[in-house]
Amino acid sequence: MKIVRPGRVIGFTLLALGGIVMIMPLLFMLVTSLKSNSEIYELHVLPREPTLGNYIEILTHSHFARWFLVSFVVAAVSTVSVLFFDSLIGYTLAKFRFRGSGVVFVAILSTLMIPTEMLVIPWYVMAKSMGWLDSIWGIMFPGMMTGFGVFLMRQFFAGVPDELLDAARIDGLGEFEIFWKVALPLVTPALSALAIFAFLGNWTAFLWPLIVTTSPNLYTVPVGLASLSGEFQTDWEMIMTGSSIATIPTLLVFILLQRNIVNGITLSGLKG
Amino acid sequence: MSTWLSRQTLARKQAVWAWIFLAVPIVYFTAVRFWPAVDAFSLSLSRWNLVGPRHFVGLENYRHLAADPVFWQVLGNTFEYLALGLPISLFLAFVIAYQLDRVRTGQGVLRALYFLPHLTTATAMAWVWRWFYQPAPVGLFNGWLSLFGIAQQPFLRSTAQALPAVLVPAIWAALGFQVVIFLAGLKAIPRSYYEAAEIDGAGSWQILREITLPLLLPSFVFLFITTSIGLLRIFDLVYNITAGGEGGPLNATKPLVLSIYQSAFARMDMGTASAQTVILFVILLAISLLQMRLLRQR
Repeated sequence: MKIVRPGRVIGFTLLALGGIVMIMPLLFMLVTSLKSNSEIYELHVLPREPTLGNYIEILTHSHFARWFLVSFVVAAVSTVSVLFFDSLIGYTLAKFRFRGSGVVFVAILSTLMIPTEMLVIPWYVMAKSMGWLDSIWGIMFPGMMTGFGVFLMRQFFAGVPDELLDAARIDGLGEFEIFWKVALPLVTPALSALAIFAFLGNWTAFLWPLIVTTSPNLYTVPVGLASLSGEFQTDWEMIMTGSSIATIPTLLVFILLQRNIVNGITLSGLKG
Repeated sequence: MSTWLSRQTLARKQAVWAWIFLAVPIVYFTAVRFWPAVDAFSLSLSRWNLVGPRHFVGLENYRHLAADPVFWQVLGNTFEYLALGLPISLFLAFVIAYQLDRVRTGQGVLRALYFLPHLTTATAMAWVWRWFYQPAPVGLFNGWLSLFGIAQQPFLRSTAQALPAVLVPAIWAALGFQVVIFLAGLKAIPRSYYEAAEIDGAGSWQILREITLPLLLPSFVFLFITTSIGLLRIFDLVYNITAGGEGGPLNATKPLVLSIYQSAFARMDMGTASAQTVILFVILLAISLLQMRLLRQR
C-alpha cells in the first residue's frame, strides 16, 4: 500500500470536477425538460414541481413520435445491412484466395478517403432520377455497406483459423453455411462493435437526411429537431425536451453497452 | 451449376464463390461510392442548377470561388476551427487521460462522465449550447456573469466571439473519444518501464518526457488525423447553433461544409458546390497522406 501523495489527491479532485462539468450540459437539458414554462427563467437548478407535461405535449402536438420511428427504422435496417454485407465482404477478402482480391480490398478501403460531403450532391441527383427523394429508402440507401466495416471485419476474420473452415468443408457444408454458421459466430465482439457504430452513426446522421427529406413526416430525429426552431419559437423547455428525447436512447445504449463501446473504439482506433 | 461447380478444382471453386459473394457489394460500391465521386469531379467543372442541361465550363467554378471574398472567409474560418480546436482538444484529452490512468478507484465512472457527451446528437447539443449562450435572463452563462457583476457578453451574436463559442461545444463533444484513445495507449505501456525508470531515479517529468510521450506517439498521430478531419468537416453544430443555420453573424462562423450546403441546396449552384467539395477532398487527402508518412517514419 502506497502513501497517498497530495499531487494525486489534487489530480483526482480536478478530474472529478472536470467530469461533472462535462455532463453539466446534459443535466441542465434533462432538468429543464422537466420544468414548466413559468419556471425556466428562474436560476435555481432543480424544478420545484417536476412535470412530464413537456414530453406529453411534444409527443402529441408535434411529429416527434413519428421522427423517432423513422430514425429507428433507418438505423435498424442500415445496421442489419451493414452487419451482413460488411462481414460477408470482409470474410471473402480474408479467407478466399483468388485473383483480384487485393484490388477489391484496396478499392473498398479507398472509399474511406471520400468524404460524405463530396457524395451528397451526386446522391441527390441519383435519388432524384430514381424517384427516391423524400422517402425512407432515400435516407437509407447510401449507408447499406461501409468501407470501415469491411476493413474491421476483414481484420477479425483473418484471425479465424483456416483449419476450422476446411473441417467444415470436409463435413460437406456449403460455402455460405460455413460463413454463416462457422465463421460468423467466432467474430461476435467485432460484430457488436460494428453494430454500435452503425446504429449510433445513423441515429445521429444529419447532413444527408436533411438534404433528402422535405416532408416533416419523413424527418429523422436530428432533422426534426433542427426544424423545431420554427415550430416552438423560443420555448426553451420544449426544445430541451426534444433534445432530451433525441439523447436519451443513446445514453441508454451507452449505459447498457459501455464496455463494448469503449472496447470497440480502442480496437478500431488502434488497428486503424 | 452445382454439378459444374463440383467438377472444378478447389482453387477454382473458391474463386467462383468469392465473386458470387462480392457481386452485390461490387455493384453497390461502384454505384454509391465510386461513380458519385467521379460525378462530383465532373460537376465541379460544370454549370448546373439541377433542372436545366449541364454545361461544361472548365475551371470557371474554381476561378469564381478564388474571386469570392466570402469563400476565402469560409476557408479561413474552417482553418481557424482547426488551428484553435486541434491543440486545445489534444492537450485537454492528454491531461485528462494521463490523470485518469493514475486513478485506482472509480476510473470507470470518471471515464464514463468524460465519454458521455461524445455519444450525443450534435443537433440536440447545439440547442443546449445555444440556450446557454443567450442573453440574460434566458442564457445560463450571462446569468452567471451577472451574478458576479461581470458585463454581459454577446457570444453567438458577436463576429469576434461567435466562432470560439461554437468551438467550445465541438471540443466538448469530441473530448470523450480522444480520452478513450489516449487511455488505451497509456494502458498499453508496460508498468515495468515506469518501475525501472523510478528505480533509476527518474522524476515524473522525466518519465513523462522520455517514456510516456514517445510511446504514445501512435495515439497522437491517430488523434491528430481524426480530430483534424472532424474539425475540417464541422457542419451539424454550426448549422444548428447559429440563427437560421446561416453560419452567421456575417459569415463569421461559416465553415466549408455549410458553404457547400448553401451553394447546392439554397442557391442550386451545383457546380460551385461540387468545386468546394473537391477542395475539401484535396485538403482531407493531404492530411491522410501526412498520416501515412508520419506512421511510416516510426
